[in-house]
Amino acid sequence: MPDESSTAIQRDAAVAALADLAREPGVAKPDPILIADNVVRRFGGLTAVDVEHVEVQRGAITALIGPNGAGKTTFFNLLTGFDKVDEGSWTYNGKSIEGVPPYKVARMGMVRTFQLTKVLTRLTVIENMRLGATGQRGERLLPSIVKALWRGQEREITERADDLLRRFKLDTKREDFAGSLSGGQRKLLEMARSLMVNPELVMLDEPMAGVNPALTQSLLGHVKDLRELGMSVLFVEHDMDMVRDISDWVIVMAQGKIIAEGPPHEVMADTRVIDAYLGAHHDQSLAQIAVDEGLDVPVEILEADGGDQT
Amino acid sequence: MDWGFIFTTSLSSAIGISSIVFCLGAIGLNIQFGYTGLLNFGQAAFLAVAGYGLATTVTTLGLNFWLGIVVGMAATVVLALLLGVPTLRLRADYLAIVTIAAAEILRLTLRSVAFKDTFGGSDGLQQFSDAFYNLNPISPGAYDFGPFKYNEKSWWVIIVGWSLVALWSLLVFLLMRSPFGRVLRGIREDEDAVRSLGKNVYWYKMQALILGGLGGAFAGFMLALGQSAVSPDAYATNLTFLIYVVLIIGGAARVFGPILGALIFSFLFQFVDVVLDQAVNTGVITFMSSTQAAQVRLVMVGVGLMLLMIYRPQGILGDRKELQLDAR
Amino acid sequence: MVHWPVTRIIALLVAALGLLGTAAVVSAGPANAEGEAVQGTLRDLAGAPVVGVTITVTNDSGFEDSDVTNAEGAWIVEVPGPGQYSVLLDEETLPDGTTPPTVNPITTSADPGTPRFINFRLGERERNVQTRWDRAAQLSVEGLRFGLVLALAAVGLSLIYGTTGLTNFAHGEIMTFGAIATWFFNVNLGINLIGAAVLGVITSGIFGWVQERGLWRPLRRRGTGLIAMMIVSIGFALALANTYLIIFGGASRPYGDYDSQAGIEFGAVSLTPKDMISMVIAAVILALAGLALLKTRMGKATRAVADNPALAASSGIDVDRVILVVWITGAALAGLGGVMLAMTQQVSYLMGTQTLLLIFAAVTLGGLGTAFGALVGSLVVGMLIQLSTLWINPELKNVGALLVMIIVLMVRPQGILGRRSRVG
Repeated sequence: MPDESSTAIQRDAAVAALADLAREPGVAKPDPILIADNVVRRFGGLTAVDVEHVEVQRGAITALIGPNGAGKTTFFNLLTGFDKVDEGSWTYNGKSIEGVPPYKVARMGMVRTFQLTKVLTRLTVIENMRLGATGQRGERLLPSIVKALWRGQEREITERADDLLRRFKLDTKREDFAGSLSGGQRKLLEMARSLMVNPELVMLDEPMAGVNPALTQSLLGHVKDLRELGMSVLFVEHDMDMVRDISDWVIVMAQGKIIAEGPPHEVMADTRVIDAYLGAHHDQSLAQIAVDEGLDVPVEILEADGGDQT
Repeated sequence: MDWGFIFTTSLSSAIGISSIVFCLGAIGLNIQFGYTGLLNFGQAAFLAVAGYGLATTVTTLGLNFWLGIVVGMAATVVLALLLGVPTLRLRADYLAIVTIAAAEILRLTLRSVAFKDTFGGSDGLQQFSDAFYNLNPISPGAYDFGPFKYNEKSWWVIIVGWSLVALWSLLVFLLMRSPFGRVLRGIREDEDAVRSLGKNVYWYKMQALILGGLGGAFAGFMLALGQSAVSPDAYATNLTFLIYVVLIIGGAARVFGPILGALIFSFLFQFVDVVLDQAVNTGVITFMSSTQAAQVRLVMVGVGLMLLMIYRPQGILGDRKELQLDAR
Repeated sequence: MVHWPVTRIIALLVAALGLLGTAAVVSAGPANAEGEAVQGTLRDLAGAPVVGVTITVTNDSGFEDSDVTNAEGAWIVEVPGPGQYSVLLDEETLPDGTTPPTVNPITTSADPGTPRFINFRLGERERNVQTRWDRAAQLSVEGLRFGLVLALAAVGLSLIYGTTGLTNFAHGEIMTFGAIATWFFNVNLGINLIGAAVLGVITSGIFGWVQERGLWRPLRRRGTGLIAMMIVSIGFALALANTYLIIFGGASRPYGDYDSQAGIEFGAVSLTPKDMISMVIAAVILALAGLALLKTRMGKATRAVADNPALAASSGIDVDRVILVVWITGAALAGLGGVMLAMTQQVSYLMGTQTLLLIFAAVTLGGLGTAFGALVGSLVVGMLIQLSTLWINPELKNVGALLVMIIVLMVRPQGILGRRSRVG
């Protein structure tokens, strides 16, 4: 784990780079790793995401916040290729990745986790980790038959995996089925596994959801470490304390649009943001009424952002 | 009741042709369903295209036997691509519906009068297996080994068949201990997670479908050669279901699952048949005829499949630790 | 964990047996062998059997066999396989004073595994030779009828999928159940077919109740996965179909009433009264079911559960009760579908199994899980199957329908009326 002084250095650099930017939606960043333009996704008649312009700074921790149903997870899905846009374009490291399938997005170094953790239940923890490594010779059909062709690489991968497991304090669970882990441990495993891909940009979808408070601090530490190791982080979160604690920059979404941007303390004082959060309760009750009336509420709307903290 | 006879016929059946066919079919299905989680409900179709590929090449076109084998395997790959390209991107149950429909389409086409000149209609095709039996080194006669009594032709089929089972099992073992197998098992657990880790899930699923289809192809060859005939109704949907039963008895995602499943299933299937038949003939059972008694077996297969799926979905070779995960 | 008695499934099967009646099968009408056959019952205009008439069946490949009508006017010729056959009535052997049939010989096709029924219409008024348009009209009506039969089964299958996620491979067996139960009431107990059908449909509903309470609900409680439940339903289908085979036998048997009615001509279309009445009944019942889904509290709750069970439960809907109602009505509708199917095809233990894929096709076409989609899909599949015989050999008509289903899945995976869902 990097020491405190280096943590400060990296954070100060990120904060300094973002300090003089205008506090307005879609503001240009000095060194963006991800730029999205006019990204639109509709479900039936409802526009879930309508992002005009947004940039994510390299080497910083950026939080994406907003009320339930704001379209944060859908936006994540679109950027990583897990869902198809109706319109829009976006670039990662200057390359357009619109329409690029999710696995290629991941190989380019943009790796995501999921709101509902997706550990591979009936694989052991170490197997979950090994699976994360890219470019494995043994993953090709014919070479896989001859162990000599991939034994060496497998050993290297395993060493890397064991290092990460130690860092994430999962080394005692190495041989357990991932399905036997607690919710928080699953979040840790998922984050550790995504690092096996050697990402440049880590996208975390609600890393704190359902995590036991005892594990919160260690998870926060790990997220901060990512920045210190030179990675960029974009994360969706509801826990405002966490957002305030670790993020360098905050982007606020409401009803599919980006409504505010800025450093955490400033954004949280913004009246537009407060209004958006208060308004959210109104939205939710509408969906509830619709169901009570037996109306057809598209499943996507209910799933898209509603399934929080499970 | 002649228990000696009952056990010898049942044991013989356990290593017989149908057991080999079930076993190879289940090995293929194990790659698809057991390891990768693909719901292929058209395994019978893979057996059919292989058997008919061979028979049509040799009997209808009058070409070489080995070319027939190649044609049968090629046809299997083509079928896997045809089924996989449109469905492997969709939800898991779509593959189930498309494969079961495709198997039925194939069977109806094979038995149709319109293609009678090519596929032989409902009678099917015969006389394509001479080249196979000419290779038989065993001289004519009946040979008994303990309870197993077969003639030289059947022994030849049994030797070749179980050798193929051994080779395929070795292949599955090698594949599944490798990182390749790890990706397949990952896809079974959660394909989006595997996708997010940079694996081309679609292509892996396609490879699993093709490989498993080829396993089915060898089952199809053995079925065709063992009976020296192909007939369309042998490849009905029930065949697929029986292959599922065999796989689930033995244990999905276990290398020896299909072998154990085939031995147990074939033994029991014959055992119940002979026991009931004798019970009816000797007057022990009086409330049904021997035809009805034979039908009771299939009821038992159905009930057995239900009970297995409910109480022991991991099969005989399954892992208790895994069961505990399921119970969560 | 295992509080679930092993005997439950056995009990279920026994219940099925009990509902069907364990009586030994009483033969009625001309029972025929399994496999392809061409058969019929020759009656005069008054409905009396015509005895001693020779009927010869031939095909292009040199097959020829004949039979002589028996005391009931029945005749049967087993044929070697599916395909086109020519059926010739020897007019010399007709009793004096009987007008020969207008169409003779009749060209027909035998379907795989099922007998084909041919009715020579004796002494009918002269008709012009059928044109293609006449045939198209006739086939459309038959397609509509078959579509309604499919719809009766498909609506239930679709709602069960929508509310529980179960792809029920044993749904065809509920159709067979309804048909056999009705046959039992009708032939064994001598109740008129209409009354027997009502009883048969009620018994099917009870069968649905028994299945849900005895099997599917306990499995859901146990946390059995959807794929595991699907495989359980396959086992259940195998067990049920073979149970039917044991009690009912492998033969196809007709109902005791309205077996062979003369058709009534409407322009180019000929329909028997029983067809007309059963089509009207099916249409009315489907319309009522649709109205109930749209208007009643239970209907709205059903759709809410299909949309999002967790949300529906949290908003106070009794999800288990909704599912139970769906099972009862779904099974009753499927049972009625079975009775209607048996009125054209006769009752056989495999009739439901053979229809299952077409029901799947209908449901998939319409969009999995939507009741109205299932209705539309059924009508499309029914019409498609019948009308396709204008161009393709009838033995391949199901192939056409299944192919269309696969193609639709490729182009529009959510079905005709389904919502767009996220696909990988």
